[in-house]
Amino acid sequence: MLSIRNLHASVEGNPILKGIDLEVRAGEVHAIMGPNGSGKSTLANVLAGRDGYDVTEGQVLYRDKNLLEFSVEERACEGIFLAFQYPVEIPGVSNLYLLKTALNSVRKHQGMEELSAVEFLKLIKQKIKLVEMKEEFLHRSVNEGFSGGEKKRNEILQLAVLEPSLAILDETDSGLDIDALKVVAHGVNSLRNEQRAIIVVTHYQRLLDYIIPDKVHVLANGRVVKSGDRTLALELEKHGYAWVAQNPDAAAAPAVGS
Amino acid sequence: MFEAVQQDYVDVYKGVASGLPGGSVPWVRRVRDSGLSRFREVGFPTPRDEDWKYTNVRPIAKQPFAPALDSHNGIDATRLEILENNVLDSYRCVFVNGHFAPGLSDLDQLPSGVVVMSLKDALNYRAEELETELGRCAPSQLHGFAALNTAFLTDGAYIRIGRDCTLQRPIELIYVSTGDSEQPQVSYPRNLAIAETGSRAVILERYVSLEQSRYLTNAITELVARMSAKVDYYKLQEESAKAFHVCGLFLHQDRDSTVTTNNIAMGGAIARTDLHVSLNDVGAHSTLNGLYIGMGKQHIDNHTQVDHRVARCTSDEFYKGVLAGRSRAVFHGRIVVHQDAQHTDAQQRNNNLLLSRDAEVDTKPQLEIYADDVKCSHGATVGQLDPDSIFYLRSRGIDETSARSLLTYAFANDVINRFAIASIRHELEHHLTQTLLHGKHIEGTV
Repeated sequence: MLSIRNLHASVEGNPILKGIDLEVRAGEVHAIMGPNGSGKSTLANVLAGRDGYDVTEGQVLYRDKNLLEFSVEERACEGIFLAFQYPVEIPGVSNLYLLKTALNSVRKHQGMEELSAVEFLKLIKQKIKLVEMKEEFLHRSVNEGFSGGEKKRNEILQLAVLEPSLAILDETDSGLDIDALKVVAHGVNSLRNEQRAIIVVTHYQRLLDYIIPDKVHVLANGRVVKSGDRTLALELEKHGYAWVAQNPDAAAAPAVGS
Repeated sequence: MFEAVQQDYVDVYKGVASGLPGGSVPWVRRVRDSGLSRFREVGFPTPRDEDWKYTNVRPIAKQPFAPALDSHNGIDATRLEILENNVLDSYRCVFVNGHFAPGLSDLDQLPSGVVVMSLKDALNYRAEELETELGRCAPSQLHGFAALNTAFLTDGAYIRIGRDCTLQRPIELIYVSTGDSEQPQVSYPRNLAIAETGSRAVILERYVSLEQSRYLTNAITELVARMSAKVDYYKLQEESAKAFHVCGLFLHQDRDSTVTTNNIAMGGAIARTDLHVSLNDVGAHSTLNGLYIGMGKQHIDNHTQVDHRVARCTSDEFYKGVLAGRSRAVFHGRIVVHQDAQHTDAQQRNNNLLLSRDAEVDTKPQLEIYADDVKCSHGATVGQLDPDSIFYLRSRGIDETSARSLLTYAFANDVINRFAIASIRHELEHHLTQTLLHGKHIEGTV
C-alpha cells in the first residue's frame, strides 16, 4: 500500500530525513519509534503533505501512485489520514460541520453519493460511541477548549468517520492519561482490518501495549536504524534508545516488509 | 473644496423647501433651515477632518445629486426580489427612492398603542407629536451629510411603541433605490422611533438597490428608548457596489433601557455609518454588534460613539470585519465615560480578517474616561486566515477554497450568532459562503 524509498526531506534547509525506506501493506500495523528529533513527526507531515517539508530525494508510492504529486486534500480523499500530535482549535466551526463536510468531500471524490443530514447523524451517533464522546462535543467548535485527551479522541473520531485506507497516528498517546489511552487504543483497534494499514508514530512503548503492532521500526537521525516485531519495542523499553545506537541493525532498512 | 456643488445643494433647497412635507409648519422649517445653515458652515467633510481621515468623500461630493422624486407608482412588487424572497413575518414599510410606498407595504393588524406610519404623513398631518423629538437624538455638531439630511428630510418611518406594548413581529423598513434616473439621485430617509416606557420591539432597516448604478442614500435614524424599554435594532445595508451610502444612527437611552444595535454593512462603493449611543440615565445597557464585509473596491466605514453620561450603565460593543479584494474598511470606536458616570462597564472589541494582500483596514479604538471608578476595555485585531487551520481542514479532504470559506465564516460566526433573527443569520451565512467564499473574490489580488 505504501512504499517509501530512500526518502530525504528538509525543513527550512535542514535535512531531517536522510534516506527512509519503509514498506507497509494493507492490514498491517507499523510502529515507528525513536528519540526526540529523530524525524518521526517529519515523516508523518511529509506523508500528509504539509507545507515547509521539502522532499529532496527519494519517492513515496501509495497504491502504486506517486503520493508526492498529490495535494493535501487529494491525499485525504485518496484515503490517507493523519491524526495530529497537536490538533488545531478552530473556533466557529462545529465538530459536526467539519465531520460532515470532510466526509462528503471524500465521498464525492470517491464517486459516492453525499450523505444526507439524517444519514450522517445516524452514522455519527454510532461513531462517537466508539471513542466514548458525549454528543455535546459534536456541537462545540473543533477542539476549542478541549482537554489534551479530548482532542486526541476527536482525532480518532474523525478517523473512524472518514475510514481511510492508511491511517498515520502522530504521537497520539502524548498527553493522554491511562483511561484516555485505552479509549483511543480501543478506537484504533476496532478500525483494524484487512484493507487498512495503520502507522503508529510514538515515543513510548506504552501505547503498543494496547495497539499491538505487526512491525516496529526505530528511527534515529533521519533513518530507520532497526526493525523488528513487537518484541523490539519491549527491548527498547528495557534498554532505552541508546541501546539501539550501540546495536544498529545495518541491514534492517532494505529488509523491512520483505 | 466643493463650493460649486455645495452651492448647488443650497440652490436646490431654496427651490424645494416650502414644498417638502411639513413645509408650512414653522418648527419643521426651523429644523430644516438649521440643517441647511450647518451644511453651509461645514460643507462636505474632507480628509482633514479627524473623523474623515480615512474616508475621502470626493467621489460623492464632486457632483450634485438631485433629490429623488416620488416614483413608486412605477414599481410593482414582482420586481422586488427582496419582497419575493423575504421570509420574515413583519410589519413592513417599503420605501422607493426614499418615499413611502403604501401599496408595497403591509401594516395590517398593528396592535393598538403602536404607530408605524410614513414620516411624510406625520409631518403633514400630526407634526405637533414630533416637535419635541425630531432632531433631538442627533448630535449638535452634525457633519455635512447629516446636515443635508436634516435640511431635505422628506420621508421615512415614524414609529411609536406605546407604553408597555410588546410587539410580537418585527417592524421592517425596506429602502429600495431604483437607481434608474439619468441624473444621479439622492434620497434622504429619515426615521424616528420612540419606544415608550416598558415597551418592547424589534426594528429592522434594510437598504437595497434595484440597479447597479450610482446614487446616494443619505439617511438618519433617531431612536429613543424610554425607561425599561427593550429594542432590538437591525440595519442591513446591501446596496449595489456602485451606490454611495451615508447614514447616521442616533440613540438615546433612558433608565434601565436595553438596546441592541446590529449593524451589518455589505454594500456600497463608499458606505459610512455613524452610530452614536447616548446612555442618559442609570441602568441603561447598550449592545453594539457589527459586521462589515467588503470586496472589490468597496470602502466601508463605521464610526461609533458611546457616551456614558451617568452612573451604572453598561455597553458591550463587538464589531467584526471581513475584507477581500482591494476593499478597505475603517472602524473608529469611541467610548466616552463622562465625569458622573461612575461604575460604568464598557467593553469594546474589533476584529478584522483580511483575505487578500490588497485589502486594508484602519481600526481606531478610543477610550476617553473622566470618571475614576469604571471598568473599561477595548481591543482591536487584524489578521489573516491561519495556515495551520487551512492545512488541518485540507488534511481532512476539504479543498483549499472551501477550507478558506469555512474559516472565513467561522471568523464571522460569533458576531453573526449575536443576531437574534434566524433569517438574517441564514442570509449572512449565504452571503459569506456564496459570494466571498466560493472563490469569486476570495483571492482578490488578481
